[in-house]
Amino acid sequence: MSERKFEPKIVAFCCHYCAFAAADLAGVMRLSYPTSIRIVRIPCSGKIDIIHIMKTLERGADGVMVVGCMEGQCHFIKGNFMARRRVEYAKKLLEEVGMDPKRLEMFNLSSSQGPRFAEVSREMDARIRELGPSPLRPKSGSNEKTENVKVA
Amino acid sequence: MIVAERKPIEEIVKLIGDCRHIVLAGCGTCVTVCGAGGEREVSVLASQLKMHYRQKGIDVDIREVTPKRQCDSEFVEDIRAHVEGADCILSMACGAGVQMAADRYPALPVYPAVNTEFIGVAEEAGVWAERCQGCGDCILGITGGICPIARCAKNLLNGPCGGSHGGKCEVKTDRPCAWHLIVERLSERGKLDVLEEVLPAKSWWTDRSGGPRKVVREDMKK
Repeated sequence: MSERKFEPKIVAFCCHYCAFAAADLAGVMRLSYPTSIRIVRIPCSGKIDIIHIMKTLERGADGVMVVGCMEGQCHFIKGNFMARRRVEYAKKLLEEVGMDPKRLEMFNLSSSQGPRFAEVSREMDARIRELGPSPLRPKSGSNEKTENVKVA
Repeated sequence: MIVAERKPIEEIVKLIGDCRHIVLAGCGTCVTVCGAGGEREVSVLASQLKMHYRQKGIDVDIREVTPKRQCDSEFVEDIRAHVEGADCILSMACGAGVQMAADRYPALPVYPAVNTEFIGVAEEAGVWAERCQGCGDCILGITGGICPIARCAKNLLNGPCGGSHGGKCEVKTDRPCAWHLIVERLSERGKLDVLEEVLPAKSWWTDRSGGPRKVVREDMKK
């Protein structure tokens, strides 16, 4: 492995109505948050499937955040509760195979919480830096290509 | 439907042993509906296995395939395209599907990745409950559409027993007493007199006690 400083890759699945809007607001407010956060916008946090989380981590992401609306304020009524249950289940699946479940976390934000988005991003970034690189990172040391699995 | 539950990953890994080319075969029927072994569960298990082995520095080749029905000789053929060079088949189908795959691909070890539990219904999203034991001699017509064979812990034909308390079963206190349900339903229908007739001892010959069963329809044979 190279001696390069560990730069985490954290995928943040953000719901369109709150979390993504909060991230957008953070940008509009010129708030900085770690560059390790890669945002994937989803229509609702309830759209997240366990397989999205698993594949993201399997392919070498160091952490995954699922960010939905505040509890009780989901645009689709209960999508964020569904997401939370799936995140909890996925944590168990990760634990089963010896992956630290702390690499995965669910957060709830409202669209007006740009500063909070920056804060949770920093929290997650700090957590992942402490945990170190994912054991599933590609061995090459390359920071880019993550998938080398043969699919028949 | 047949309801199954996935085995713990340690057990699966132990079964796989040193196989590194694995055909991971789901089933598109019952186990898909009960969330145990459909396409999605195949994908999740494949992901878990890759994570498990890659952390040990081992590359595994997992070939995912989910035939419509693994218990059907036509559809189990879908697995064939993936077996070349494979070390084993890891089946997420029910016990019937696993055996069909094992019969069809006898050269390969076929391991089950789920435990087949029962024939049941989806009571609500994410909750499945046993309803049928496949006894081969259905009495639901007499018992108000509630099966005392599958749903009474003691398989009583004339109930309830003394262990029925507040509508719950003494064996599993969070489950309803089947005979309580039967009496309630027949009362609502005004058909409680049906139960005045004592049901004779059941012949279990049609159940598994008579050995493995078979149904033959000559008109459907080729």
